[in-house]
Amino acid sequence: MKSVIVDQIIKTYRNKKSVVEALKGISFSVEPGEIFGIIGPDGAGKTSLFRILTTVLLADSGKASVDGFDVVADYKQIRNRVGYMPGKFSLYQDLSVRENLEFFATIFNTTIEKNYELIKEIYQQIEPFKTRKAGQLSGGMKQKLALCCALIHKPSVLFLDEPTTGVDAVSRKEFWEMLHRLKTQGISILVSTPYMDEAGQCDRIALMQKGEILSINTPKGVAGEFKKPLWAVKADEMFPLMNAIKKDPSVESCFPFGQYHHVVFKTDENNKERLEQITREGKYNHVEIQAIEPNIEDCFMALMKE
Amino acid sequence: MYGGQQLNKEMKQFFIFVKKECLHIWRDRRTLFILIWMPVVQIVLYGFALTNEVKNSKIAIFDQSRDQATMAISNEIAASRYFNLVKNVYSYEQIGATFRQGKIRMAVVFPRGFRYDLLHSNHAQIQLIADASDPNTANTLTNYATAIINDYQQSLNNNADLPYTIKTQLRMLYNPELKGAYNFVPGVMALVLMLVCAMMTSISIVKEKEMGTMEVILVSPLKPFRIIIAKTVPYLLVSMLNIASILLLSVYALDVPIVGSLWLLLGESVLFTITSLSVGILISNGAKTQQTAMFTSMMSLFLPTLLFSGFLFPVENMPIPLQVISNVVPSKWYYIIVKSVMIKGLGFSAVWKETLILVAMTLTLLSISIYKFKIRLA
Amino acid sequence: MAKDKVITANNLTKKFGAFTAVDAISFDVEKGEIFGFLGANGAGKTTAMRMLCGLSRPSSGQATVAGFDVYKQTELIKKNIGYMSQKFSLYEDLTIRENIRFYGGIYGLSDNRIKEKTEELVRQLHLEGQEKSLVRSLPIGWKQKLAFSIAIVHEPAIVFLDEPTGGVDPITRREFWGLIYEASARGITIFVTTHYMDEAEYCNRVSIMVDGRIDALDSPANLMKNNAADSMDEVFLHLARKAVRSAD
Repeated sequence: MKSVIVDQIIKTYRNKKSVVEALKGISFSVEPGEIFGIIGPDGAGKTSLFRILTTVLLADSGKASVDGFDVVADYKQIRNRVGYMPGKFSLYQDLSVRENLEFFATIFNTTIEKNYELIKEIYQQIEPFKTRKAGQLSGGMKQKLALCCALIHKPSVLFLDEPTTGVDAVSRKEFWEMLHRLKTQGISILVSTPYMDEAGQCDRIALMQKGEILSINTPKGVAGEFKKPLWAVKADEMFPLMNAIKKDPSVESCFPFGQYHHVVFKTDENNKERLEQITREGKYNHVEIQAIEPNIEDCFMALMKE
Repeated sequence: MYGGQQLNKEMKQFFIFVKKECLHIWRDRRTLFILIWMPVVQIVLYGFALTNEVKNSKIAIFDQSRDQATMAISNEIAASRYFNLVKNVYSYEQIGATFRQGKIRMAVVFPRGFRYDLLHSNHAQIQLIADASDPNTANTLTNYATAIINDYQQSLNNNADLPYTIKTQLRMLYNPELKGAYNFVPGVMALVLMLVCAMMTSISIVKEKEMGTMEVILVSPLKPFRIIIAKTVPYLLVSMLNIASILLLSVYALDVPIVGSLWLLLGESVLFTITSLSVGILISNGAKTQQTAMFTSMMSLFLPTLLFSGFLFPVENMPIPLQVISNVVPSKWYYIIVKSVMIKGLGFSAVWKETLILVAMTLTLLSISIYKFKIRLA
Repeated sequence: MAKDKVITANNLTKKFGAFTAVDAISFDVEKGEIFGFLGANGAGKTTAMRMLCGLSRPSSGQATVAGFDVYKQTELIKKNIGYMSQKFSLYEDLTIRENIRFYGGIYGLSDNRIKEKTEELVRQLHLEGQEKSLVRSLPIGWKQKLAFSIAIVHEPAIVFLDEPTGGVDPITRREFWGLIYEASARGITIFVTTHYMDEAEYCNRVSIMVDGRIDALDSPANLMKNNAADSMDEVFLHLARKAVRSAD
């Protein structure tokens, strides 16, 4: 039985002056014990989706189930067995670390001791601060606490809505390490993130943009769907180089990607030569040109343009 | 470079900011509505409806003489726009009972042989008994009555050789010293309970929504119903504390005794607390931000309590539509109950009607607010 | 020469009671540079930026921004810098045009100049026809780009950007950096903080704050070479992992 099944979910927000189609017919499923990533920027509909799946929001149409329970009819069962970490930090700022944990353990009819093994590794990192008020923790610490509170009752499915947003790279990395360890406990994890590089940490991903799913696959599979030729170019004069490349008619797109520009060509012909010509004409220094494999961001951007 | 140009720049800076602020206000329709309409509503209310002036106050007359003089005076009094003669009574016990029932604010008592006394000794007495649990009104009423009596006395004297004197004897019931505190302690109790319970409860519930923690606790086995009750319990306890402190202060610092049964008073207060809590829950269902919750509480509870409970402005002096509105304000009933029990020393038999009304209101409010409590965010 | 340095900082320190948020940092930023200011949460970045923007008084040390002293000339600093953050940018209930008008007015632009700038901005961002729409109705990516453009409407010497591209889609993110490049080419110095490590690689130089101190300051290329790393991500992880103060 699949952990999560989503079937043509539609959600539209109607306001006095505007209509926002947050979800335009989303369908996917999550296998037990999987880390499933929803990758997409703000406005993609991730939060709406998570709220519908955790039963705190009603979809306009479509069906969804978690652990076999329908999100509308059987919402009570779902609320008893899932862990949820919504986007904003949503624990009690004026309660201490320990008090927050006790609270959540108790409302889930369990105790901290009962499932301690599950949260031990994470909790040990914040244990020195257990009497500190949650509002006074750093971003990374808050995340860890929120994760503990979501896990305290050994949920079968974990919903994490943008748990790494606004958090620095080190804390992000640690967070993903924690998630991987959780996977071994058989918990299905549904996590959303705007950071494309985190896609590689998931078993399967769904790329979402403006209420629609662009692609569902393993990270490698998504890369495999990218058919066009991709080249990386670099020189000392990056900005003028980019403008020059963009002007070329055989170029589909040219975007900066850190040290290199990623250039997508329309066809397979003479791409290297084209680039060499452009760099020669511009008299750029320290030029490097190479063909590369696409990463998730390349794929996302290509799918966005379609 | 200073001087004209710089000043010009700074004025421009200033004005552009002013313009921006105006745009913000204009575009926030809801606040704008209140800003423009509030003064209008206030003027209308204060100008036409809410007044300390007493009119049509209900009185009774106990005429033990029933002679020409007493009838004349009675007619004058009854005809006055200040008074509304609702009952003629025939014994002191009846007067007592009528006051207890809250039906009259003042009673005029003519002794036996009034005219006879006037004619033969040029001297007579009239007793005015007033309900001084609202000392200001009591004062005003007795003053009006005395004025009317003096007028009559004057008219007699116009045609006489020897002066006639009609002495009015005042008796202020429940509050002989006419202490203002007797009136405002019950009023303050109503206000405080409404404020603490309704406003703070609604703010507390909405705060969870605003902070995002509501989302998390909804996704748990915790029944939403229990969430509400848990939210209200601390305020219930705080209210008990508040009532205790108000009563202690009233008795020991303000010399306002608790004449009636303390247990009855406490019982009714608990009831009213629950009523207020239900209102708080109801408000929290609709409000999305703490600000809205607070504002709604102020507008729909605090102000009506202040204006319509009867403690600042006597209700019977308001135009009928406002009197009808005042019936819907729970604090009005609580205020009557507290005054009856604490100041007038009456028992449950005197306040069972008001209690029943409060109970009905509470049950209705609770049912609606629980029914409408959102088990989802939207 | 000091004139070409848009920011100079010398042992700049900020203490809150016993806690030293910023610990004697020293660095310079040159005119026209794109300077990346990185660090983990809690490393002291925001505090440092506040001091440079004239919003917070240093405990000790010296610093100048656009040639003005951070202790005595904060008003002049504010007049000559631009600022944009992820959390705040524009007034949502004002239109695009009104926002430009407002900020232009605040910075003392003449009416004509404001008009010119409005046209320029609208054209550059392809917002023709939408000048009278409320900012609230724009998609977030557009808001960020608009906010940036408005932050530099008065052509300041330097603009401070506090995580300007958080949560934005990858294409818009890059378009945003396109705007940054153009501004830089016009001579505006860019001081930017970000959590996207690939964006760090667009900068001329990058500083990394750890526990209130600057642990590294160099061009991305040099940083990668010196830390035997293939990307800024690796450099950052290498340096920031040493942090003791991760919980504050």
